[in-house]
Amino acid sequence: MDIYVLLKKTFDTEEKIVVSNGRIEDDGAEFIINPYDEYAIEEAINQRDEHGGEVTVVTVGDEESEKQLRTALAMGADKAVLIDTEDDLEDGDQYSTAKILEAFFEDKEPDLILAGNVAIDEASGQVGPRLADRLGISYVTTITALTIEEETAKIDKDVEGDIEKVEVPLPVLVTCQQGLNEPRYPSLPGIMKAKKKPLEELEIDDLDLDEDDVEAKTKTVEVFLPPEKEAGRVLEGELDDQVKELVSLLKDEAKVL
Amino acid sequence: MDFELTKEQQMIQQMVKDFAEGIIKPRAIEIDKEAKFPIDIFKEMGELGLLGIPFPERYGGSDGDTISYAIAVEEIGKVCGSTGLSYAAAVSLGASPIYYFGTEEQKQTYLKPLAEGKALGSFGLTEPNAGSDARGTKTTAVEDGTDYIINGEKCFITNASFAKTIIVTALTGKGDSGKDIISAIIVPTDTEGLTITSNYDKMGVRGSDTAEVILDNVRVPKANLLGDPTKGFKQFLYTLDGGRISIAALGVGLAQASLNKALTYAKERKQFGASISNFQAIQFKLADMAMEVELARNMVYKAAWLKDNQKPFTKEAAYAKLFATETAFRAANEAIQIHGGYGYMREFEVERYLRDAKLLEIGEGTSEIQRLVIARQLGC
Repeated sequence: MDIYVLLKKTFDTEEKIVVSNGRIEDDGAEFIINPYDEYAIEEAINQRDEHGGEVTVVTVGDEESEKQLRTALAMGADKAVLIDTEDDLEDGDQYSTAKILEAFFEDKEPDLILAGNVAIDEASGQVGPRLADRLGISYVTTITALTIEEETAKIDKDVEGDIEKVEVPLPVLVTCQQGLNEPRYPSLPGIMKAKKKPLEELEIDDLDLDEDDVEAKTKTVEVFLPPEKEAGRVLEGELDDQVKELVSLLKDEAKVL
Repeated sequence: MDFELTKEQQMIQQMVKDFAEGIIKPRAIEIDKEAKFPIDIFKEMGELGLLGIPFPERYGGSDGDTISYAIAVEEIGKVCGSTGLSYAAAVSLGASPIYYFGTEEQKQTYLKPLAEGKALGSFGLTEPNAGSDARGTKTTAVEDGTDYIINGEKCFITNASFAKTIIVTALTGKGDSGKDIISAIIVPTDTEGLTITSNYDKMGVRGSDTAEVILDNVRVPKANLLGDPTKGFKQFLYTLDGGRISIAALGVGLAQASLNKALTYAKERKQFGASISNFQAIQFKLADMAMEVELARNMVYKAAWLKDNQKPFTKEAAYAKLFATETAFRAANEAIQIHGGYGYMREFEVERYLRDAKLLEIGEGTSEIQRLVIARQLGC
């Protein structure tokens, strides 16, 4: 099976987000593999181990994304591709990424493409479905189980806590939800071997794309932090009075009723 | 000069950090309280290749370097001193001597399972009357046909209750100058006559196994002699030099953990209408801690780098061990002070850091011995 994983690097969850001049400061920030993409990598490795084939991890990013790709190789992926857009793309959006990936997949015949359900930074959940649409293949989002028999993928899909059972023919693109598996830690021998595995570096030029082709379709108008959470309040007194007070607070103070 | 870690070193750091925080940290308080050696954690560490970092693949290792190993010890030390100490001792003392001095056959038989993390190894040097003065060793190994018969008593031996092999130092005769010859012999722990008991009730690193080893007519083949029979003393000095880098790394881990806890707490804790991190009395403590942690880490990396580049590192390993472990003690002490009454409670963990750090100033050469080593290197 020819298996591909779409990977994005995201801020380390421990990083403090600082906004200045309408942009998120990323100088000196630590980056990690988007946690949902880790499920995708783990699933890809498991499917390969069961059915044979090869796992290729692809990212659209910059020079620094090599670290996350190497980590995926250390976990057990076979090959990695870094599409470096640093020089060509000022502010890409989901359109840009899907368009670039479409070009990348043009001469390939994937059986299975796995991505994270969402990236924890912008959380759009768009790139996977958009790419599948452009490639003209099926897609299933937020999957929590995957069994492949012959040319059919049997999938459990998380629907707001319930499970939907889906069967779909290959090739298919899936986005991975928490609960699908438990991503492994890359082993030490895995890390040492990762440096010998192939990591191909491409620019959009190599995919016959121009800057104009991948220009973002959206514009970021403003970036701001959520308001600081204020301390909660515990109501006291008789239950009936508490309910009355709560209702009036919701009406007059919080203005949600 | 290049102060940047390699990509592999960064990945190892990230992996060990994730593992330590995910698997070890939630159990650190319990490990200390129950004084129970977390053998299952060591099994997992073995599967990840952590116990074989500085050994080549052909001996079951991960082909990493000393810097990577030091990074791993630091990351584990940040969450659990007990696990960190047993880890450092297993690699530096239990396995490394076989790698440094063993024959090819000894490496295949005894090093491989240790490097693969399938078993743990110990190093039996200390005796009731031979601590800093290792020349006071009383354990003897007498030749008998093709065997050695070993008799003696070892104490404070890390991991011995869980070890598959113990490298035991023993007197094997007298040299031309009349000086005692000390040799190192690999003793499988299932050998008859070997009794291992772990009854110590320790102040810190309570989850790290520490045992007493009694050798009563223990018979092992002469082929188990490690390295040059006449150079046992020199060999274990070299072994201890390497071990000091890992104990220093453990000190950096504890010191960094102390700083992290103290800084977080100082920002949250409000007194006199402001976070206590606004007060210079607290700021100066934090500034000193941060500076010392960084200096200690740099010294550890340098000593490790020297070892990786086959340069002399005895003095630098002593600098690193002395400074990093004393930094760990100071940082833990200040972290408790910054936490005030809360810091005295187990739940806040900084009191454990202090108890754990104290051991580092004693084990694998006391601070005083480190100063002696440095002075000798200076030509005194």
